[in-house]
Amino acid sequence: MVNREASFPTPQASMGLADAPAADHLGQRSERARRFEKTLYRIGNWVRSPRPYLMVLGFALFLGFWYLSVEVWKLPRFSQMPGPTTVIREWLSPDPTYGLSAYSPEYYEHIWVSLRRVSVAFILATFTGVPLGLYLGWSQLFKEYVFPVFELLRPIPPLAWVPLAIIMFQGSETPIIFLTFLASFYATTLNTMLGVESIDVSFVRAAYCLGAKRRQVFWHVVVPGAMPFIFTGLQISVGVAWFSLVAAEMVSGQYGLGYLINTSYTMVQYPTMVIGMITLGVVGYVTSAGVRILGNYLMQWRARELAMGGDR
Amino acid sequence: MPSFRAAHIYALVASTKFWRGMFATLIFIAVWEIVSGIGLSRIPAPSAVALTFNDMMRDPSYWFSWYLSTKRVFAGFLVAMLVGIPLGLAMAVSRTFYGIVFPVFEVLRPIPPLAWVPAAIIFWPTQELSIDFVTFLGAFYAVVINVIDGAQTIDVRYFQAARSMGSSSWDIFRRIILPGTLPSVLVGATVGIGIAWAVVVAAEMISGGGSAGSMGGAAGGGLGFFIWNSYVGGSYTQIVVGMISIGIAGYISSALIRKAGELATPWLRDQ
Amino acid sequence: MSTLPETRQAPMMPGEPALRRSGSRKGEIHIRNVVKIYGSEESGVRAVDDCSLDVPAGEITVVVGPSGCGKTTLLNAIAGFHSITSGTIDLDGEPLCGPGRLKADPGPDRIVVFQNGALFPWKTIIENVAFGPIVQGRLSRKQGYEKARAMLAEAGLRNLEDSYPGEISSGMRRRVEIVRALMNEPKILLLDEPYRALDSLTKSVMHEALLETFDRNQVTIFFITHDLEEAIFLGHRVAIMTTRPCRPKKILTVDIPHPRDYSVLTAKRFREYLDETIAAVHEEALKAFAAGERER
Repeated sequence: MVNREASFPTPQASMGLADAPAADHLGQRSERARRFEKTLYRIGNWVRSPRPYLMVLGFALFLGFWYLSVEVWKLPRFSQMPGPTTVIREWLSPDPTYGLSAYSPEYYEHIWVSLRRVSVAFILATFTGVPLGLYLGWSQLFKEYVFPVFELLRPIPPLAWVPLAIIMFQGSETPIIFLTFLASFYATTLNTMLGVESIDVSFVRAAYCLGAKRRQVFWHVVVPGAMPFIFTGLQISVGVAWFSLVAAEMVSGQYGLGYLINTSYTMVQYPTMVIGMITLGVVGYVTSAGVRILGNYLMQWRARELAMGGDR
Repeated sequence: MPSFRAAHIYALVASTKFWRGMFATLIFIAVWEIVSGIGLSRIPAPSAVALTFNDMMRDPSYWFSWYLSTKRVFAGFLVAMLVGIPLGLAMAVSRTFYGIVFPVFEVLRPIPPLAWVPAAIIFWPTQELSIDFVTFLGAFYAVVINVIDGAQTIDVRYFQAARSMGSSSWDIFRRIILPGTLPSVLVGATVGIGIAWAVVVAAEMISGGGSAGSMGGAAGGGLGFFIWNSYVGGSYTQIVVGMISIGIAGYISSALIRKAGELATPWLRDQ
Repeated sequence: MSTLPETRQAPMMPGEPALRRSGSRKGEIHIRNVVKIYGSEESGVRAVDDCSLDVPAGEITVVVGPSGCGKTTLLNAIAGFHSITSGTIDLDGEPLCGPGRLKADPGPDRIVVFQNGALFPWKTIIENVAFGPIVQGRLSRKQGYEKARAMLAEAGLRNLEDSYPGEISSGMRRRVEIVRALMNEPKILLLDEPYRALDSLTKSVMHEALLETFDRNQVTIFFITHDLEEAIFLGHRVAIMTTRPCRPKKILTVDIPHPRDYSVLTAKRFREYLDETIAAVHEEALKAFAAGERER
């Protein structure tokens, strides 16, 4: 009998990559070093490509247009808006004309309040939405009963709930968090359910073949399998949360970035308004990216699979 | 084929699935009725809501609100499609264009459309236009993202096949990229119109009411305003009527878009 | 008859109940008059009609036929994924499905290896391989991993332990999947066109690996494929099925002794078998084409 082991290609050779992450004796350390090198390599490539320069060009065009139309040419409607220099100057000044800049603690208080509300609502929505979505995807019976009711309420936009929320809940914080929660909850539940439903049935069947019972299939196959979808859903959910939060804050609230934008408008403090808008964009982006990074971290297998081209 | 439709409906009504859903919905309504009946909360009861709904159906100003909101949604939505689809396609086709435009787009996207409301009011001459603008923004992002995604996922082999048969670039654009992106455009449109409704409602509430009531101008009305007004006027049942109306309106719009899409993409039908 | 080395089969006495898990694994399947209709009696699709087939224990039985003819339906019925409309399927004398119980339950005595592979992408190779016994409670985690390590080493796959399936080649994945199945000492391995998506060079490596595994384990194998050369190369018996509805048209006994290697491909007898098979399949393939079968 031919020595079979010698005749089969080794994993490294069959993959054809120099940095095959096979288990080696140095263990995790060299694994990390290799990944760091890969990241540096990728950054190097990026810098050498036209991408960063196009990006700079894009921003330059945008800011340029804004600057020129407002401050230099003073185009008809544009001139009423604050220009970029005004905004930046205001933002960076220790003694701002309208009372709010990067130096005033009030600014951070607004950011903090909004952030807090979004976080609470988002976490609540995740911890209710994910289990609900998982169960909706997993149990046909449950879905038949519950999903129609769910779908019935879904078309009502989160903001249409504002007055009802105010009626239902005491105080000013709870309605706002409720609204944010609602929107986030729907997005999370829906995406989680879709995630479960799009798991390749072969995985479930394989698990049953291997002797797993229903509950084991749920924990070992369904939950991990739905994870990528769940995290995409969570990113959408964060975006939707900010959307609702801002609206809720604009309509009824004290403090928060939405409130800030609103009041600075009514008090004709336009540069502050723009500062608020930009801050909102940045904070929104950071939270969304945070969720994405968390997802990549928790799903190492996915990140690695995608890095290899995701071939099946 | 009309007989097909009837058979469809019959099959639906005869299925257990349908009745289970019905059952749960009825339980939901029943619980709601009981909860508001005992006065556990100040939410109006479904029975009261139904009565008010009846009254509203006869009130022309109610239907006028429908008209106003729908007009705004579709105005913003159409412009979003007209601007968004070409923009998305341009970004998908030209790397340079993508490199320039996409970063700016991604930076602006996290700013919720509603945060633009005050800025829009300052900028645009009429309030109507400012609401349309904000609606446009809402739908715009969704459409563009989906168009780019759709164009990028067209199987590269279609391009290769076309080239090998001697197609010009314009031909490829017209016969491969456009139809290939259509399904994603549809998804973007459905999502976009949902967002547009959400934005309209909020914008109407903010500009027609809201704690910053001084924003209110000549424009007003629409279903969002209707809800807010009902709240201010203390008519709680009307609030719920408004909510349900918006829900119905949003649902019908999405369904219309989806139907239009199915007609436009016959090749996807048997999937 | 095929000249197999001595299999570990005890002779069956009439009336003797089939042995379950006491050392000897049999995996003999009798498919009798099975009918499968998708949809209603009048207007549904008859995937399988009055199909009877014997799968002898300890042998590789290959089923070939045109696409969509219903071969996978049979496999799914044996595996317990789908029900049958009528007929019976027996495993070692015990009914799997039949009147009164139209659907079997999937279980570790009949393990499937899927066309596109079903290694769990979120578990490492070793977690995948040890999954079966651990989840059934037969082995503790530590024991499971030990056994998995041993079996992977035996198959020449030791280095892959801590990788994820997404990181290794598809050929490797298939082999790991087979090891994962064998960890559970199944009576029968059901392979649903497992090598369809691989290129022919990798396929030839897979074939030799499969035969070697078979030589070591003597597990019954039920193998579905389109590839006629693969069928004759691997199988003890090749069942050529008709186009939908599925029924065995011809059963070929491949009288080439095991262990086989690639020199077999050029042997005269191999060519003769191939000619016979091609003729039979081609007829069915034309019928299927005319009926507008859609490629899966």
